[in-house]
Amino acid sequence: MTSLIHARGLVKRFGDFTAVDGIDVDVRRGEAFGFLGPNGAGKSSTMRMIGCVSPPTGGVLEILGMDPRRDGPAIRAKLGVCPQLDNLDIELTVRENLTTYARFFGISRKEARRRADELLEFVQLAERADSKVEPLSGGMKRRLTIARAMVNQPEMVLLDEPTTGLDPQARHLVWERLFRLKQQGVTLVLTTHYMDEAEQLCDRLVVMDGGRIVAEGSPRSLIEQYSTREVVELRFATEDQAAYADKLAGIGERLEVLPDRILLYVADGDGAADEVNRRSLSPASVLVRRSSLEDVFLHLTGRTLVD
Amino acid sequence: MVTLVMPRLLSFEGTARRSASVTERNISTLRSAYWVVMVSGFLEPVLYLFSIGVGVGALIGDITLPGGEVVGYAEFVAPAMLAASAMTGALSETTFNFFGKMKFVRLYEGILATPVRPIEIALGELAWAMVRGVIYSAAFVVIMTLMGLTTWSRAVVMLPATLLVGLAFGALGMAVSTIIRSWQDFDLIASGQFALFLFSGTFVPPTAYPEVVRWLIEATPLYRSVDLIRALSTGTTGWTQLLDVAYLLALMALGLTVAGLRMTKQLCK
Repeated sequence: MTSLIHARGLVKRFGDFTAVDGIDVDVRRGEAFGFLGPNGAGKSSTMRMIGCVSPPTGGVLEILGMDPRRDGPAIRAKLGVCPQLDNLDIELTVRENLTTYARFFGISRKEARRRADELLEFVQLAERADSKVEPLSGGMKRRLTIARAMVNQPEMVLLDEPTTGLDPQARHLVWERLFRLKQQGVTLVLTTHYMDEAEQLCDRLVVMDGGRIVAEGSPRSLIEQYSTREVVELRFATEDQAAYADKLAGIGERLEVLPDRILLYVADGDGAADEVNRRSLSPASVLVRRSSLEDVFLHLTGRTLVD
Repeated sequence: MVTLVMPRLLSFEGTARRSASVTERNISTLRSAYWVVMVSGFLEPVLYLFSIGVGVGALIGDITLPGGEVVGYAEFVAPAMLAASAMTGALSETTFNFFGKMKFVRLYEGILATPVRPIEIALGELAWAMVRGVIYSAAFVVIMTLMGLTTWSRAVVMLPATLLVGLAFGALGMAVSTIIRSWQDFDLIASGQFALFLFSGTFVPPTAYPEVVRWLIEATPLYRSVDLIRALSTGTTGWTQLLDVAYLLALMALGLTVAGLRMTKQLCK
């Protein structure tokens, strides 16, 4: 068995609506794999099928070499799941959330307590062990959910939008913990609509849009393949940025007009900015930066990731 | 033969173990506040027994059972209160609480990410409702016996019967909870429950009503429960009680099936 997840032509329909429209995915042991795409791209539907809580409508899906339609409980026994919306048990304490969850996997009480203490240490919540869940901050709840996903020592951890709704500091703490898991060799599968999250955590990712996969590769190879080395962001003091598009013609390889700015895709950002000045277009602001996955997404779909 | 039977046994072991883990989760939530709920649930049938069974009973005198036996009014009412309390105990856990866990705190979504399956959640919740129900029933049976309304040997047989009543109503409650859409619908359930409580041969024998109403009453689950427990309590069992038992078993099977299917449909989309 080479792939932990093996999907071919995987489809999920809800009535007339097609959420996942025939995707091919292979996830190897030990890698951090990402589904990048905007809201409604079909990422969560895909994750629910992988987590064996949503039956596929069509196509092939094998998880850990087993069939989700038939071996759901056996597969779920080896998965860790961190859902998009926290569903911690608000009637239990922080520690009980882990020990009770361990019991659903048939882990002995003694072993459950041992793992709970170890995991609370890992997600830096040991001091809150006897607290209820509700007073915890969003970041703490998410870390507790990640700890809960680890309680059965899973072969693969599924994280659906692991840092959505968290403040920057809390996000970095979550990323740091996930990075540690990755270093320990845990296979991570995550969805995100944050390109920085995908760049930081994923070895390999697929870009999803409208239920389909539009590109696949490592963050670096995707940027190399679908974007230029650098980007110049220009803002003009006008309602109509597009009016400047013609005047910028010939600078760089490509140009994207957004409602509030124009993006120039170039090999040499500073050189391009000089050329803009030479044409006396006097933009209100000029920013030269490296290309990111956001640019890849924009190029592939003509839309931005986060609206 | 062994290969045919073994996988089933093993899989049953798995189901039993996973269902028990759901029951165990509920036991972990037991906190001091919960005992207040428990006490009020226990007091209700006792208050009815004293006010109506004993109080009103003094004005009514004796009642003649369908088989012709004559019993005091308190003896007539007490087993009905026991059956009604088994119903109430089971329903309070499997309607309001179950609905909240499923639709609002998304508790089951978390559990379903583990090997536990929807039907195992239903079984675990039902078992939990029974833990509570049996405590109520046992306390009430002791009071009945101490008051001389039944005998100790009959009391021992009544207890498993109340368990059957609880299982049937608990399964029914879960099935209903998977069908209703909002908290407002609980008013309807409460009204239905109260109507059952008043008219299921609890305070008045169904023979006191016109023929059509009598048939209607005798078809209700609480009437079948009252009929079963009253027969056991007064020592007047007959073939009808087999019908009662079959009715309650069928109701339990139907309720569990509907609840399991609807939970799968709603939670595993």
